[in-house]
Amino acid sequence: MGKYFQPEIETASREEILKIQNEKIVKQVKHVYENVPYYRNLMDEKGVKPEDIQGVDDIRKLPFLTKADLREAYPYGLLATDLNNCVRIQSTSGTTGKRVVAFYTQNDVDLWEECTARAIVAAGGDENDVCQVSYGYGLFTGGAGLHGGSHKVGCLTLPMSSGNTERQIQFMMDLGATILCCTPSYAAYIGETLAEMGYKPEDNKLKAGIFGAEPWTEEMRRNIEKSLGIKAYDIYGLTEISGPGVSFECEEQTGMHINEDHFYAEIIDPDTGEVLPEGSKGELVFTSLDKEAFPLLRYRTRDICVLTRKKCSCGRTHVKMCKPMGRSDDMMIIRGVNVFPSQIEAVLLKKGYTPNYQIIVDRKNNTDTFDINVELTPDKFSDIVSENQAKEKQLEAAMRTMLGIGPKVHLVPPKTITRSEGKAVRVIDRRKLHD
Amino acid sequence: MAIRQISVFIENQQGNLVSTTKAIADADLNIRALSIADTKDFGILRLITSDADKTIEVLSKENIINTTVVVAAKLEDRVGSLYYVLDILAKAGINLEYIYAFTASEDFGAYVVLRVDDAEKAECVLREKGVSTLNEDDIKDI
Repeated sequence: MGKYFQPEIETASREEILKIQNEKIVKQVKHVYENVPYYRNLMDEKGVKPEDIQGVDDIRKLPFLTKADLREAYPYGLLATDLNNCVRIQSTSGTTGKRVVAFYTQNDVDLWEECTARAIVAAGGDENDVCQVSYGYGLFTGGAGLHGGSHKVGCLTLPMSSGNTERQIQFMMDLGATILCCTPSYAAYIGETLAEMGYKPEDNKLKAGIFGAEPWTEEMRRNIEKSLGIKAYDIYGLTEISGPGVSFECEEQTGMHINEDHFYAEIIDPDTGEVLPEGSKGELVFTSLDKEAFPLLRYRTRDICVLTRKKCSCGRTHVKMCKPMGRSDDMMIIRGVNVFPSQIEAVLLKKGYTPNYQIIVDRKNNTDTFDINVELTPDKFSDIVSENQAKEKQLEAAMRTMLGIGPKVHLVPPKTITRSEGKAVRVIDRRKLHD
Repeated sequence: MAIRQISVFIENQQGNLVSTTKAIADADLNIRALSIADTKDFGILRLITSDADKTIEVLSKENIINTTVVVAAKLEDRVGSLYYVLDILAKAGINLEYIYAFTASEDFGAYVVLRVDDAEKAECVLREKGVSTLNEDDIKDI
């Protein structure tokens, strides 16, 4: 295998890509309009007909989709094909109890895996590599996405899933893994554990890592590269659009190439919805050009980002996005999991607490810490220590069920949560992920 | 008649206990007995004062409080007297959550505060066995 997984597409001229995109979007809008009543209503409300969309320049006429639409349409409202054509679902942890469930036909799975295969090849992978996939397997797209890409490339795939670090390291060393795929915080943790076990960076056979699903800094990249003796590549994606591999980094490490033949990207002003010119900072919006089962048009990611078409030394011609610089909503990504304050509020109200809480996120030893201070109410307070601690544990368990990750809950007296200008500060994020 | 104990939820932060005890002093309340249970996150200050109603009124303004009925039993000044009391409770099938002790200034007598699952029953079996217990009137000026 050469430098690219699909050279004819990845290095296609701007004109060729536009031609592919224009053909696909016309077909896609028709497909969605005919098969997704939910989106047809949105288009009708806006007075847009499928025939108004003659190419990607017309995408701006289409209505947006947001996370709220996904919630409202859960579970089948945005499905664009018969269920018997679908072969898979993947899911994210969702707000207020409802998850995002994305459906895939076999073609959808194939195109997603092609995208992750491109990412693996861009990181120097080929059929001689041993690819250790240490993203979580299951509903989470991380494991499934990189696993499929690794197969497509022809790597020997180690389907490790996350956790059990000692076993990870044993397989890594015994089977000579050359590429590691996981969250950056887990990569850092593996690096530290290797050092604690007395291994030097040159003792492992790893050459590259493909890390994503959570925000990470350049400093973290340098630390991981040093501790594992590898080159670390960023990968971006979201379940709503397919999963990891919507965009990926090449050897230049100056942004991630968006797989433009499948996903059309726009940058908009998050307040007005207006499309901004290339190079502007704004909210990233994706349109799925050829997915069959769950084809979202103009999905607002809430990630704040910049797109650039500057020529890339790797030879790929697809547009590059920077690492997301923040969010236009209040979503946090903690240990790779999407967390909304509204989810925490929902748990508290359900358990009979007031919605007075404060989330404190920090990063210690490259791992996110996640604490929630909850104001106690008189009826919940017991004079017996263990009963109060049991209440903390109950809340922790309920949060874990809702979020998929477990916070540490601390009961605090009322009125102790910091308020600024009368409004409680809900989130304190000390990780300093964005400059 | 058992007595009421007021518990105050206190965050583990400098100065919190000071402000609570100041509120008690400012209200002219005399602390008869206390114990503090502490964990990594918070502490529980348990108080028996000269006036339970007034204590509730004063402390509930700024704090999370809990009122629990406890038994204050007098101990004889001799070896084995605590064992004697606890044995009575155990034999009556009464569960003990926690216990703390204080002495009265009036008679220099030793007392234990017993937090049990059934204070009424505990008081009853103790009195049957000749153990004297305090009521809230006794606490006012003991």
